[in-house]
Amino acid sequence: MRKMPGLLFGLLVGAASLAVAAEEGKEPAGRALAFDKAKGNCLACHAIPNDPKAESPGTIGPPLIMMKERFPDRAKLRAQVWDATMANPRTAMPPFGRHQILTEQEIDQIVDYVLSL
Amino acid sequence: MMKRRLTAFLAGLLLGASVGAHAGPAEDRKALNDYYQQRLPQIKPGDYIYGALALNPDAKDQYDSIMIFPPFVNDVDDGRKIWEKPFANGKLFAGCFPGGGKNVAGDYPYFDNAAGRVATFENAINACLKANNEAEFKYGSREMGLLTSYAKSLSDGMKVNVKVEGPGALAAYEKGKQYYYARRGQLNFSCATCHIDYAGAFIRSEQLSPMIGHAAHWPEFRAGTELFTLQTRFRQCNSQVRAVPLEFNSEEYNNLEYFLTYMSNGLPMQTPVFRK
Ligand code: HEC
Ligand code: HEC
Repeated sequence: MRKMPGLLFGLLVGAASLAVAAEEGKEPAGRALAFDKAKGNCLACHAIPNDPKAESPGTIGPPLIMMKERFPDRAKLRAQVWDATMANPRTAMPPFGRHQILTEQEIDQIVDYVLSL
Repeated sequence: MMKRRLTAFLAGLLLGASVGAHAGPAEDRKALNDYYQQRLPQIKPGDYIYGALALNPDAKDQYDSIMIFPPFVNDVDDGRKIWEKPFANGKLFAGCFPGGGKNVAGDYPYFDNAAGRVATFENAINACLKANNEAEFKYGSREMGLLTSYAKSLSDGMKVNVKVEGPGALAAYEKGKQYYYARRGQLNFSCATCHIDYAGAFIRSEQLSPMIGHAAHWPEFRAGTELFTLQTRFRQCNSQVRAVPLEFNSEEYNNLEYFLTYMSNGLPMQTPVFRK
């Protein structure tokens, strides 16, 4: 019960920050990287229900939603993106950091974006 | 008490090991069939040859109507002309195959014990050219693709019937299997990640087809007239994960084709087919 307000608050803040970014006409850098097929391409596998621009996602991974609630520890989220095989050796998710698919800075930007969801 | 449990535990391990040692191609195929029946119960056994279409009735309907007047009939007819053109010595491709080439393609690839390697249908075409003092076709060439699209259509409906017998054959099969399950490329996928673990799931807007049935319908024509052989598809799936594609007719790809085609045993051949 105590969790609900925090969760709702998180959602609202997330939605608001996306809306602000959209209004200013500049996308959060992390979103562009997450959508880019040659970069994160997270949409290939994950739905992003709170981002209206996230169209025709794949169904291989779980939806990226309420991420602040589910990843209170930012480092853990970053580790998942950096090398998903640490948590699950059989994972389908590419090891974005370990295989240098993304730079360290790009990973930070994507993590910022994912935490806003 | 402890000791009894330990003994039981060790016996279990040994049993596991002996089952492992006996597991061969037939057991592999059964295990995969069982797995897919659980994961994708909506696919009827004979429908595996339709790949991702078997999971999408609308796309399958569209496919069926395209196949009534397929856009690639002229291409297959060009293949027929190559097949029927006599060699300089007056002989024909048909003379190289039993039954004039009818209902033979399902027996390929086979393991050629004398040569100590897998022989694909394309290898048999080139062996025929060589035996008749003709220049061989380049693997991966349009000429080879057109010819096999016609030649394999002579085996329409034949059941895939690949045999793995003897130590050489088994070793080639095992190498193909290893390739299938090994991760590669910057994106770190194995073939199995997409076509076994996540068969039926969507990767972006593409639905991933199960690997059983993958090898029964080649070459295929994509987007109408773009000819794709099975090994062209291997190369594409390698590139998608940013792995370096191998050469056509490389030992690795031929072993992979051998393993993959064995997994389609019992399914009816259908060549060529349309894919989007
Ligand atoms: C090819 C598929 C694929 C791609 C691409 C992919 N993921 Fe994943 N992801 C998965 C799978 C599958 C899981 C589920 C856990 C597992 O199996 O490892 C997962 C799990 C996650 C999780 C943990 C979610 C949870 O609830 O525990 C996060 C966070 C995540 N992915 C973020 C990302 C981000 C960010 C990107 C892009 C930079 C990305 N993923 C790209 C397949 C993918
Ligand atoms: C990152 C995901 C991915 C990986 C890894 C992958 N594939 Fe594919 N493959 C696809 C997609 C997407 C398609 C097109 C949709 C479909 O038919 O499944 C496809 C299609 C195919 C087809 C054609 C199916 C048809 O009927 O047209 C074959 C055969 C195939 N893959 C074999 C392989 C082999 C062999 C490997 C490993 C060398 C491999 N794939 C690795 C995603 C992948």
